[in-house]
Amino acid sequence: MSDGARKRRFEEVVLPHLDAAFNLARWLTRNDQDAQDVVQDAYLRAFRFFDGFRGNEGRGWMLAIVRHTCYSWLKKNRPAEVNAVFDDDEHSEEAAAFDPEIVGAAGGNPEAIALQNAHRRILNQAIAALPVGFREVLILRELEDMSYKEIARIIDVPMGTVMSRLARARKLLQQSAPLRALNGMPAAEVKK
Amino acid sequence: MICRDVQDLAHGYVDGELDLVKSLEIDQHLAGCPACKVQYDSLRESGSSLRAHADYHAAAPPLRSRIVAALPDEARAAPRAASWGWLRWASPYAFGLALIVAIGPMLLRPGADERLAQEVVAGHVRSMLGNHLTDVTSSDQHTVKPWMAGRLDFSPPVGDFSAQGYALAGARLEYLGERKAVALVYRQRQHVINLFIWPEGGSMPLRQSSQRGYNMAHFAAGGMSFWAVSDLNPEELKSFAGLLRGNAEGAR
Repeated sequence: MSDGARKRRFEEVVLPHLDAAFNLARWLTRNDQDAQDVVQDAYLRAFRFFDGFRGNEGRGWMLAIVRHTCYSWLKKNRPAEVNAVFDDDEHSEEAAAFDPEIVGAAGGNPEAIALQNAHRRILNQAIAALPVGFREVLILRELEDMSYKEIARIIDVPMGTVMSRLARARKLLQQSAPLRALNGMPAAEVKK
Repeated sequence: MICRDVQDLAHGYVDGELDLVKSLEIDQHLAGCPACKVQYDSLRESGSSLRAHADYHAAAPPLRSRIVAALPDEARAAPRAASWGWLRWASPYAFGLALIVAIGPMLLRPGADERLAQEVVAGHVRSMLGNHLTDVTSSDQHTVKPWMAGRLDFSPPVGDFSAQGYALAGARLEYLGERKAVALVYRQRQHVINLFIWPEGGSMPLRQSSQRGYNMAHFAAGGMSFWAVSDLNPEELKSFAGLLRGNAEGAR
């Protein structure tokens, strides 16, 4: 492929996913400037490896590179965030979607109601506060609307792990203190 | 299926990841189990609340230019650039290849289409740069239609595809391919779609192309020519074009 054709194909296949790339990087680094640097770096890497790209799933391919670049950046600049332990094994205990304690609370799930009523800012803070491994699956699933299979490919884990991380992420979000505080009422008084 | 099974599969269920048989079994269970139903509803509503309220950080336009500018230099001599001066020093091999790359698309597609595509992309980019995305801003087709009626000598169909995720944002006047056209603006999540419409006889099947990282879909139906352009991916743009076409043909 000539350089021009290669670049044109790159612009057609990969560049349209710039928003998705930036969104992921912004959520992982939690900072505009850092996200811009990471995304630019990721695109340059992607261009270098573009000859190895086959198929037409440009978004997944690009997001895998963005994620990888984010992690390298985090390891170098904020190692504590990447090393923060988050344990997939808690799945069996905690990942169940329905907390038995609140099953049967006829008034509805207060966490869910808190979430529904959540002010945008509080919700965004709560997502930003999640450990990075949970944050990324949530962003890919809810904001990029990706399937478990696509997410599994991007973060390089089995599909079952995607589901359990997603379940944990949602649960952590529902339990997040600021979101609960928003509700401001004891559970019993929450109206249906 | 018992409650415990339903609980284990709940996330796969709300995410539409279960096979048909399991989904049906859960449907059945939820219909008869109010406790699980409450939990399921809250899970589903949390998800839609998150999708509605979490920030989507779209890239700022300068980032795109920065990236394009940062791509390695030797790759920036795009063969379709207007200047042919560089051919003088190109090797015969590169010359032959460049010729194929430059002429190929012209052989495959009428030149007029190619030029129009450039204008369409330019129109799209222009609309995104300043504060002039729309002349009339409304998500209501019944506001947009009368607005156009006062300014155009044709009446393009204005579809409401909000149920399919494409929300009408407004319209503006454009001048394209040496004729007056209207640009309807739709949003799909954070993506902006410019849909250029002008009167043109005949019918033409859907064609898709891309330029400078933007995807286009165009066709002619119901006496109008339609060009949709966006940074949306080709598959979604295609399904959007399918909706348009159905609407245009239905409006005849």
